[in-house]
Amino acid sequence: MSAEGAIELCGVPLAGPLLNGSGTFDAIAARRAFGDALLEQFPFHCYVSKTITVKPRAGNPPPRLWEVPGGLINSIGLPNKGVDGFLSEDLPLLAELPVPLCVSVMGFSPDELAVLVERASDCDEIELIELNVSCPNVETGLVMGADAGETGAAVSRLRPLTGKPLIVKLTPNATEPAVVAEAAVAAGADAVSLINTLRGMALSPRTRQPWLGGRTGGVSGAAVRAVALAQVFSVAARVEVPVIGMGGIATGADAADFLAAGATAIAVGTESFRDPAAGLRIGAELAGIRAATAAEEPAHAASGRRAPA
Amino acid sequence: MSGAWLADSRTLAPPARRVVRVIVTRTLGAYRLLTALDAEGPSRPRPGQFYMLSTAGGWGGGTDQRPYLPRAFSYAGARPGPDGLELDFLLEDVGPGTRRLDQIAVGDGLALVGPLGNGFGPSAGGTRALLVGGGIGAAPLACLARERGRPTEVILGFRSAVHAEAAALFDAARVVTEDGAVGERALVTAPLALALDRDPATTVFSCGPPAMLEAVRAMCAERAIPAQLAMESGMACGYGACFGCTVPTKNGYVRLCVDGPVLEGDSLETCLVGEVPL
Repeated sequence: MSAEGAIELCGVPLAGPLLNGSGTFDAIAARRAFGDALLEQFPFHCYVSKTITVKPRAGNPPPRLWEVPGGLINSIGLPNKGVDGFLSEDLPLLAELPVPLCVSVMGFSPDELAVLVERASDCDEIELIELNVSCPNVETGLVMGADAGETGAAVSRLRPLTGKPLIVKLTPNATEPAVVAEAAVAAGADAVSLINTLRGMALSPRTRQPWLGGRTGGVSGAAVRAVALAQVFSVAARVEVPVIGMGGIATGADAADFLAAGATAIAVGTESFRDPAAGLRIGAELAGIRAATAAEEPAHAASGRRAPA
Repeated sequence: MSGAWLADSRTLAPPARRVVRVIVTRTLGAYRLLTALDAEGPSRPRPGQFYMLSTAGGWGGGTDQRPYLPRAFSYAGARPGPDGLELDFLLEDVGPGTRRLDQIAVGDGLALVGPLGNGFGPSAGGTRALLVGGGIGAAPLACLARERGRPTEVILGFRSAVHAEAAALFDAARVVTEDGAVGERALVTAPLALALDRDPATTVFSCGPPAMLEAVRAMCAERAIPAQLAMESGMACGYGACFGCTVPTKNGYVRLCVDGPVLEGDSLETCLVGEVPL
């Protein structure tokens, strides 16, 4: 890693280690709200798209949000234009961003995933592909990412279809995410990212019926950070490929924790809802922490301790 | 000047949260009006646009360890001052976020992102503007009335006398209350119907609770009168990132933060989109 924090993620050079979590930053909408100033101060070093499916999806009925202590539950339901709409309308706009592009895809079967990976593979603008496996396989009824066998089989099927790096986004709603991660890597995944949101629920204080239109949702924010850190630590200990760590990262110190736990890169999600420039702030705080650590290293060397390579 | 300004319904926001100072707080009956000095933001937000607000300190740790997310507020007034733009927000304590904002004091920091969303547009060709507000929904109409810079007919409805004090944000308005304590005992739809019968060449600009907004929408739809409705929905981000503030329209779901909060009445089947206990 350079002094500026530049990294290589699966062979793709990034100016720093900060990504956005998929579905937490719509760069096209943000440009409508903030104009081209957004491109001059883009908050991430790599942009991850919202998850794309084969067919268009309207998403879940509202209400879609509920605030919980230190976070929120969302039940958005992956609204998107479908792969045709995404490639024709959104991709040209995303290609104007000043950072490499990762596209997140989700299929309801390995066949659907194969279509998406092949279509994404044909696009020079796309440098990385993230597989969102937090959904049920309609053929088996199992959530792909909760099962090592399902995940391994899906990645094996997709691996020969593209030369682009494949990142598997792990769900925390699995008995042992590290076992799923091992299966993904054994099948050819180039990296893993975690955590996705934790399944949660809220009831209307008035009716005691499920508040969210989708009944259950995913919990994110500071509330999940300790869970995320533990899962990143255990996955990073089991796989050799890069780990992209995320889950409630809100400060440079949080980012430093996830990197120390074994992540190669980190992603910011819910904190961007609170401040669209959260990524810039977290990056600056992280750089400050690293500079302070580097300044201490000569002292360690003088006292006979070896600085890390 | 106001004509050209009305043609552009979106002023862009700086792409970051900034902390501004609260310079005035004032009780307005059931509401609190706070004024903040926004030295770095754009000087001309559009009426109907909103800001995401949180307190710079002590955001969190209230009831149920909330609030966590910022809260969306249409601004009620904006004046250029010697040190920057003076922005007014009308607050009502209805949940942990609004409660914490309600406690903010002069000199405290207010964190904000904005202005966001699409504000009100111009009246449909040659029609007069009629402003119809309910409760705290009076806020975006107050700056709209002021910006028009000429006498504009305003109808405001409130629950009671203590709520009706928010009419002080307007130079002139016809006020009705549900209990008859101030003005006529009526809902806004009664004087609205009379006004529309008297002069149907009208564009209605409205903001208020969902049931009121729906009644206004239906009344305008029946008479083929254009309506611009400022709606509300629970939001996490305010700039299109979270897809949480979706409302149904005739053309499917839209995100209220980037496609609204002002929507054409014609685009909606209903304004009944649920409560926002934030």
